[in-house]
Amino acid sequence: MKLRMAASAAVLTTLALALTACGGDSGNAGDQTTGDGTGKNAPKLPTYSVATGVKIDSSTLKRAQQAGKLVIGAKNDQPFLGFEDTTGKRSGFDIEIAKMVAADLGFKPEQIEFKTVDSNVRETTISKGEVDLYVGTYTINDERKKQVGFAGPYFQAGADLLVRKDENGITGADSLKGKTVCSIKGSTPLQEIKKPKYGAKTIELSKYSECVQQLLNNEVDAVTTDDAILKGYAAQRPTKLKVVGKPFTQEPYGVGMNKDDKALRDAVNDALEKHEKNGDYKKAYEATLGLSGSAYPEPPAVNRY
Amino acid sequence: MNVLLDHLADFREGFIGTVLLTLASGLLAMILGVVIAGFRVSPVPPLRMFGTAWVTLFRNTPLTLLFLIAWFVVPVIFVPGLSPWTKALLALGFYTSAFVCEAVRSGINTVPMGQAEAARSLGMSFSQTLRLIILPQATRSVIAPLSSIFIALTKNSAIAGAFSVTELFGVQKLLSDKGFPIAWIFLWVALGYLVVTFSISGLFRLLERRLGVAR
Amino acid sequence: MTASVLYDAPGPKARLRNRVYTVLGSLALIALLAFVVYRLDAKGQLDPKVWDIFNNAGVRTNIRDGVLTTLKVFAVAGALSLVLGLLLAVARLSEHRPVRWLATGFIELFRAVPLLITIYALWVLFLTYKTDLGVIGDYTAFWGLVIGLTVYNGSVQAEVFRAGINAVPKGQVEAAYALGMRKYQVMTMLLLPQAIRSMLPTMISQLVVTLKDTSLGYVITYTELLFATRTMANNIIVNGENPFTAVTIVVGAIYIAMCLALSSLATWIERRGRRAKTGVAVAAAAEPAEQPGVLDTTGAPLGPVDGRTERPGD
Repeated sequence: MKLRMAASAAVLTTLALALTACGGDSGNAGDQTTGDGTGKNAPKLPTYSVATGVKIDSSTLKRAQQAGKLVIGAKNDQPFLGFEDTTGKRSGFDIEIAKMVAADLGFKPEQIEFKTVDSNVRETTISKGEVDLYVGTYTINDERKKQVGFAGPYFQAGADLLVRKDENGITGADSLKGKTVCSIKGSTPLQEIKKPKYGAKTIELSKYSECVQQLLNNEVDAVTTDDAILKGYAAQRPTKLKVVGKPFTQEPYGVGMNKDDKALRDAVNDALEKHEKNGDYKKAYEATLGLSGSAYPEPPAVNRY
Repeated sequence: MNVLLDHLADFREGFIGTVLLTLASGLLAMILGVVIAGFRVSPVPPLRMFGTAWVTLFRNTPLTLLFLIAWFVVPVIFVPGLSPWTKALLALGFYTSAFVCEAVRSGINTVPMGQAEAARSLGMSFSQTLRLIILPQATRSVIAPLSSIFIALTKNSAIAGAFSVTELFGVQKLLSDKGFPIAWIFLWVALGYLVVTFSISGLFRLLERRLGVAR
Repeated sequence: MTASVLYDAPGPKARLRNRVYTVLGSLALIALLAFVVYRLDAKGQLDPKVWDIFNNAGVRTNIRDGVLTTLKVFAVAGALSLVLGLLLAVARLSEHRPVRWLATGFIELFRAVPLLITIYALWVLFLTYKTDLGVIGDYTAFWGLVIGLTVYNGSVQAEVFRAGINAVPKGQVEAAYALGMRKYQVMTMLLLPQAIRSMLPTMISQLVVTLKDTSLGYVITYTELLFATRTMANNIIVNGENPFTAVTIVVGAIYIAMCLALSSLATWIERRGRRAKTGVAVAAAAEPAEQPGVLDTTGAPLGPVDGRTERPGD
């Protein structure tokens, strides 16, 4: 009897929740989700002219053209880089890069289907063709080149450390002895920090934002990943977090795609170079990553192979 | 074949991780489960309520959610600074304890009523009845369900792999991300789990035979 | 529940003692609750602003979509697992040895491997052969999760069906054959209806497990309820913190509500079943099956599976 009553109450609650879900008032909480950086004086995002009649001998692109949409993998929890707010709107520097590349391949912004792909399934997802392109703080390295093709680099980042504002003991990667550092399974900074010379304890989760939460909860002493990502988090919570500012690795970001699709790789490289020259790149940077306080760096030279 | 031989160290580490985590959380679940089962049949209403709430909460919540709670809520509300391994132990142990509790409780129900009545008429108290008469007899009928609970626990420990604990599933994912053919990795990892689960069911069958006294 | 058998009707002294325990126990429970509330408050988790996020349309849509996705996966996987379970059970009771062995191997393999691994392996497999798979290829994550849930829960349901079939008194089968019924007639007209009837509560309890296990979709980043809300909690900042606690409480409540609704269905069916007068008893409600000790005794007519048949999650 008791159970039945509890259950019917439960059903009612669920139903009520499902119903009210349709009629919540918009606004409010969305405003608190900082990270998309749309302040009043924020620099405006550029728009990109969409190419027409693109003909490239690429199987990936042909399939995308047939489907009428380009599937691009991205992150959704990195403020100023790849971020998705509660309404499903995506923003950030990586998203802009994706848009400008897509435009040159002949796809309008609304023809892009963004798919959230976390770091730990990137290789699998890209090499199996679940996404056509991948733009999500993806470091180019030889190990990965065995499985995916890289266009770019389009940005030069470096592994750094995010610590709590009142932390004075950690001044760089060399002062991590005995400290607990959080990062993502399979990420390059993690592999670096795991080396015995640093003497740090590591914790591996699947999302950086969850690492940041661990840091705020005093569960770990530092979060390590690329400085660009960390600056975004520090800018989100300027009173609580800071970036140490001593990069200890080189992390060139590339656009991931099918390993054997050289035509597509060249096309994406062309697109990157074009937008870096015509100023779109700089505008996109200033409207996104630039808001986190980091100065505009010249883009690294595209590396064709 | 090569996948296994080249990464034998990874597989071994993962295997040991799975076994240790299963053993530890199994022990925690047993202790908690028996205590909570005692609560659920006790004459004191608040204890009964606590027991019921415990079982309802932990049995109807996905284990993944419990892991998230151990990682993101427990440090804020209760104790900070637990290691990833301890968090996995807590999540798995608490989750499984609800099932152990229910198994023990239904085990208690299978003991003939006359036994408890006889114990009472001999002047035994509630805790004496439970400890000396009921639980030893309930053990026998609880063994079979416990065996499958522990097998499930072994399999559930795979979830810990996503939360910074080294175990078998983490190995599968690592190697699959490195591009090795999934079928082979799956086979080897599955074999690892089969070894653990078969040992558990073998062990419990042995126990059952030992304790299987005719009533 | 025969708890009262365990202790005497309390006399004056015992009643006093019980009352003292009751008071102490209640105090302890209240203290625990108060402590939790106090800590929540101290950490700013009870701030109205934190809870205000649930008034946001985007947040609500996220939660609603998550619930719907979870229910969709559950509905498809639940239905398929019942079908597969039925087929496997019949195959395992088949008179042809190869069929029996094949079914047994399938059931044992997928019951022994963690569901998480099955789902992940299937997903990678589907991705590898994406282009050859048609519909499945377009929704690899969905089908990876659904098929993973199906093969695992189907294997478990098969054992439930089998236990139900074995519970039908032998005499009925003999009588049916004596009347000249064929094998498939005996199965479809005599054994299955009674097996399903008697095992319905156990089957539904296994469905509760299926529902909970949809949350394993996180491993292939499929955005069911848990994954969707987890991402959401990561991306909302209120007062400089992620509202993990608030979101966890809400999502936990939704899961518990869904599971309780489903298991109360099992209880209800069990109660109805008890009233009916057939030779086959209805299994005790709310306990998922899979118990080697009882279910693996092939052939021998089994008594009704009682409350002992119990088994946690996946």
